[in-house]
Amino acid sequence: MATAVNTRKKGGVLAGTANYLDERVGVAGILKEFGRKIFPDHWSFMLGEVALYSFLILLLSGTFLTFFFQPAMTEVIYNGVYGPLKGARMSIAYASTLDISFEVRGGLLFRQVHHWAALLFVAAAGLHMLRVFFTGAFRKPREINWVVGFALFVLGMAAGFTGYSLPDDLLSGNGLRIIDGMIKGVPVIGVWISSLLFGGEFPGHNIVARLYSLHIMIVPALILVFLAIHLFMVVIHKHTHYSGPGRRDDNVVGYPLMPVYVAKAGGFFFIVFGVIMLIAATFTINPVWNYGGYDPSPVSAGTQPDWYIGWLDGALRLAPTHIETVDAWGNTWSWNILLPLIVGVLFLVVVAAYPFVEAWITGDKREHHVLDRPRNTPTRTAVGAAGVTFYAVLWAGAATDLIATNFHMSLNQVLTSAQISLFVLPVVAFYVTKRLCLSLQRKDREIVLHGRESGRIVRLPHGEYVEVHEPVDAYTQYKLVDYKDYKPTLARPNAAGKITAGARVRASLSKFYFEDRIAPVTQGELDAAHHDHHEAVEAAPVAEVKAVTAKKAPAAKKPAAKAAPAAKKPAAKAAPAAKKPAAKKAPKKD
Amino acid sequence: MSDKPKAIKGAASTSDEFDYSAGLAVIPADKIADPGLEPHHVRMTDKSKKHEKAAARQVALLFFVSIIGSAAALVIYFLFPLSTTEFGPVRENTFWLGLAIALGTLALGIGAVHWAKTLMPAAEQAEARHQTRGSEETRARAVEIIKLADQESGFSRRKLIRRSLYTALAFFPLPGILVFGDLGPNPGSTLRHTKWAKGVRLVHDPYGAPIKASDVTEGSVFHVVPENIDPEDHDYLEQKAKAAVLLVGVNPEDLTIAPDRKGWDYDGIVAYSKICTHVGCPVALFEQDTHHLLCPCHQSTFDLNKGCEVIFGPASRPLPQLPITVDAEGYLIAQSDFHEPVGPSFWDRSIN
Amino acid sequence: MSLFRRNVNGARRHPMAAVAVIALGLIVSGGGYAAATAAVHPASNSTAADTQLVAEGKKLFLGNCASCHGKNAAGEVDANGKQVFPTLIGVGAASVDFQVGTGRMPAQASGPQMMKKTVQFTDHQIAALAAYVQSLDPTGPTVPDAKWLDGKGDTTRGGELFRINCAMCHNAAGAGGALTEGKFAPGLNGVKERHIYEAMITGPQNMPVFSDKNLSPDDKRDIISYLKYLEKNPSSGGYELANLGPVVEGLFAWIIALGLLVLITMWLAAKSN
Repeated sequence: MATAVNTRKKGGVLAGTANYLDERVGVAGILKEFGRKIFPDHWSFMLGEVALYSFLILLLSGTFLTFFFQPAMTEVIYNGVYGPLKGARMSIAYASTLDISFEVRGGLLFRQVHHWAALLFVAAAGLHMLRVFFTGAFRKPREINWVVGFALFVLGMAAGFTGYSLPDDLLSGNGLRIIDGMIKGVPVIGVWISSLLFGGEFPGHNIVARLYSLHIMIVPALILVFLAIHLFMVVIHKHTHYSGPGRRDDNVVGYPLMPVYVAKAGGFFFIVFGVIMLIAATFTINPVWNYGGYDPSPVSAGTQPDWYIGWLDGALRLAPTHIETVDAWGNTWSWNILLPLIVGVLFLVVVAAYPFVEAWITGDKREHHVLDRPRNTPTRTAVGAAGVTFYAVLWAGAATDLIATNFHMSLNQVLTSAQISLFVLPVVAFYVTKRLCLSLQRKDREIVLHGRESGRIVRLPHGEYVEVHEPVDAYTQYKLVDYKDYKPTLARPNAAGKITAGARVRASLSKFYFEDRIAPVTQGELDAAHHDHHEAVEAAPVAEVKAVTAKKAPAAKKPAAKAAPAAKKPAAKAAPAAKKPAAKKAPKKD
Repeated sequence: MSDKPKAIKGAASTSDEFDYSAGLAVIPADKIADPGLEPHHVRMTDKSKKHEKAAARQVALLFFVSIIGSAAALVIYFLFPLSTTEFGPVRENTFWLGLAIALGTLALGIGAVHWAKTLMPAAEQAEARHQTRGSEETRARAVEIIKLADQESGFSRRKLIRRSLYTALAFFPLPGILVFGDLGPNPGSTLRHTKWAKGVRLVHDPYGAPIKASDVTEGSVFHVVPENIDPEDHDYLEQKAKAAVLLVGVNPEDLTIAPDRKGWDYDGIVAYSKICTHVGCPVALFEQDTHHLLCPCHQSTFDLNKGCEVIFGPASRPLPQLPITVDAEGYLIAQSDFHEPVGPSFWDRSIN
Repeated sequence: MSLFRRNVNGARRHPMAAVAVIALGLIVSGGGYAAATAAVHPASNSTAADTQLVAEGKKLFLGNCASCHGKNAAGEVDANGKQVFPTLIGVGAASVDFQVGTGRMPAQASGPQMMKKTVQFTDHQIAALAAYVQSLDPTGPTVPDAKWLDGKGDTTRGGELFRINCAMCHNAAGAGGALTEGKFAPGLNGVKERHIYEAMITGPQNMPVFSDKNLSPDDKRDIISYLKYLEKNPSSGGYELANLGPVVEGLFAWIIALGLLVLITMWLAAKSN
């Protein structure tokens, strides 16, 4: 491009255009800054892109739909082409949805594209959030971007919900009725809010048009603004990368934006579009014609919200019986609505606030651009697993009826089990995940110290069988040892000599987080281990002979227990972390 | 530095990056040394001209397939016409049009990615990354600007201006909030009344035929609305949303009737509000054997034999009962409106 | 078989393709209903052939049903006066035809509800059993006349009535749904017209009764027509995902759509060879 800018006379139309643009908007400078920006390449970094592209597809397909949809609740007699509704009384909104589906070429296709893309948008955003969480990508300097992303997720739910209600069919109408019931349960102002939202009594004649303006203007505009901030911050921070050789906090390793990333990311947009199109062409979503226009009297079995609202619906279902109370002044407290709402809001607050909590505990003020492997942060990963389980139980709670019928169980038992699971399963998930992470870390240490099991069994001259361990190369080895290690702190007095409550909480949280920790292998440990192996790691069989002969003979046949005796050897004393001691318990007091 | 957009970062310095506290992090004394980036991965297309040519052909072929897909979509648009008078081949239209567009986009996307993967450089590159905070110099300048602005405007100095500005800013959005006041009327007592009243006949939903007591045999369920609402009414749906009733015939001996509800049923025929006291779904699933009513939305279960009290699920209050009787012609009529508000709870529900 | 087939042909007088399909379905699925109709209707007229059918039904009843429903078909009452097994007096031929014709009776094991199974009797035997039960109390509901089952009713009306009276249990698309304590409302796809009608008039198990005063035979015909319309017209949007609504759609979006895209991202980020 630089050539184009400098030499106007050379080059063709392209150079001319480039020059024209540079002289007016400084395009050369922009290209110089961004054209060769490096983006790390990893599949899990593409999840946010799936969400982004789904959103673009939502904008495209949604715009098409707005050309045909009429958000009016005036009642008409349907005289369109769908037989089983001919002559039925319905709102204009529903009738125009039917017209889009049956009388516009590609109308049903784009309705389905829009709906599938919506489900995918929130799902991909959720999965992207999980990736960010489990790899610690939310750490400084990205805490604010985590909150922005969180806001995008919530806005995605809002966009989905407002869209879900537009066709004014029986399913979405009953969904709105549930919302109305929940709003009415809000203390003091509930009835007023309901009246303002619906323009009087439920269902009224206004709600579809109001949700429509939210759905096509305010919510997408907010999403666009937050998306811009989100991406802008990615540019400021540059993308994180996974730990590995040559990947440090002060560099970024990957491919240049132009041409590699443009081709990959640009191509990926078309792939996401194509996949959604393929699904929309072959799988029905929200067959509104089955539900009929909204009528407050009927309801269909299996009345559920779209998946991203499911966890809130599940929370409503799991509330215990008879918890509504009337206070001394005669005011009604609908705890069966408030409790699920509070639980839902608290959950969201914890999610949004997590980066700040962890930053406070670790007190680590450095910038982090190298991602954690989830196993290397066992407690965070376990907390995440518990959170995911909690969400999943609520989510499954919204499908109790389908679980009951499809697995031939009692609806009541399914619901009661879900109530119990909500408290039990996250705890189980926490412990299982944490143990799993610690075991994987031990495994990593062992690979670094003693190499990989090769599966090759060698018979020694004296008749003993041992498995050959192959050392890993320096690059793999570095990947396994390059992680940040934290140790718990004690509650220390502040400048005034007082131990504050905050310090105590932080101390106990740090204990909770880092008490069980497995430190990365140091060069000293590695040297000691190699020394054991006669400093001839390549001659693995010989080294193994040494290691194994020190061990009681019968155990030697079990390859899984191969390296344990190393710690017992005198030579290993110098490096106490050869195996077991690696799991350092934090010093109790210092 | 070249990668830093100046507009964002200001004049950041490459050297002397700020040294942050590591908190609880353990800084290892003898960390295993970083071996540096692994050697570049050599692809077949890097090594052999033949493979490179093949890859180029594949990319072009994919783009060509994409053209075919998009062109096919253009043809298909005309192949399956839909009309406004007759039910057309919607399924075929959706399927083939979607398939062709999908082919067009998928082949295009796969082609571009294939191009990047096989023919564009595969060597990973490293680029320096700098701390987000500005250099000391930049930060000093920023503080200076703020101080200057403060000084020049007198923002800190002129208390009166500052405070009146705050107040003005606080007042400014209020009209903007208030104009939304007309979104809906004062709810008043609308939630407490329905169209049911003394003598109003119970009629079939949705076609409005009155119901004789003798029609309601044991084990049958009628979905009922008051006769005084008409689909032509402007507020038909709002009234129906409150007045929908489930009329059930059971063996009178099965019913346990509370003392204050004596005479509300008619010979084993009972009428209950269909609107769930939880969040308002229609509770319409009646089990003939158990006499349980189940709400399909959140599984609240009500025992019809015992005044529709809640026996399972998140609801707290029984469904309101509509007192009924028969008129001279034997048709079922309401004795009065419901004696309590129907549907979900609200704040001042129990205050009359 | 020739007797049944003649009856079916007699009923198949409409040239419309839809009706032909129904009739064809009936022949394929055993041609039972016409046989039962033919056999039961004249039963009240007590001709010699019908007397013989009733006698045959009684024999079958004693051999297969009396162990629970009692020798006199009055059911069984326990010490507390609670009906353990229902009486069959007055349930009518329609009830027998539904319960036995869908394989729910004879019951196999006690559970939350009687399950649909392979039908245990031939059409003739079912007709005989129905005739016998009908003879115990001729006021019971009989097997519906073929004219209500032709599927040519008003589908708009049928859809409306179906949503108000049936969809809360059976789902708006007839996919079925959950009831309390392990009971459920079965899916209606593939259920014979006759059995749908009989279920409405007899109220099997926990299903309420929809007498002719509640839903007139015309209403029932409309409802059946609507259900058959749904059955015969696959969704315009493609494969239906069992019509179970947003939960299945959500699972599909997560597992298939997102799963597929994740696989693609893996290909995308993998180093080319």
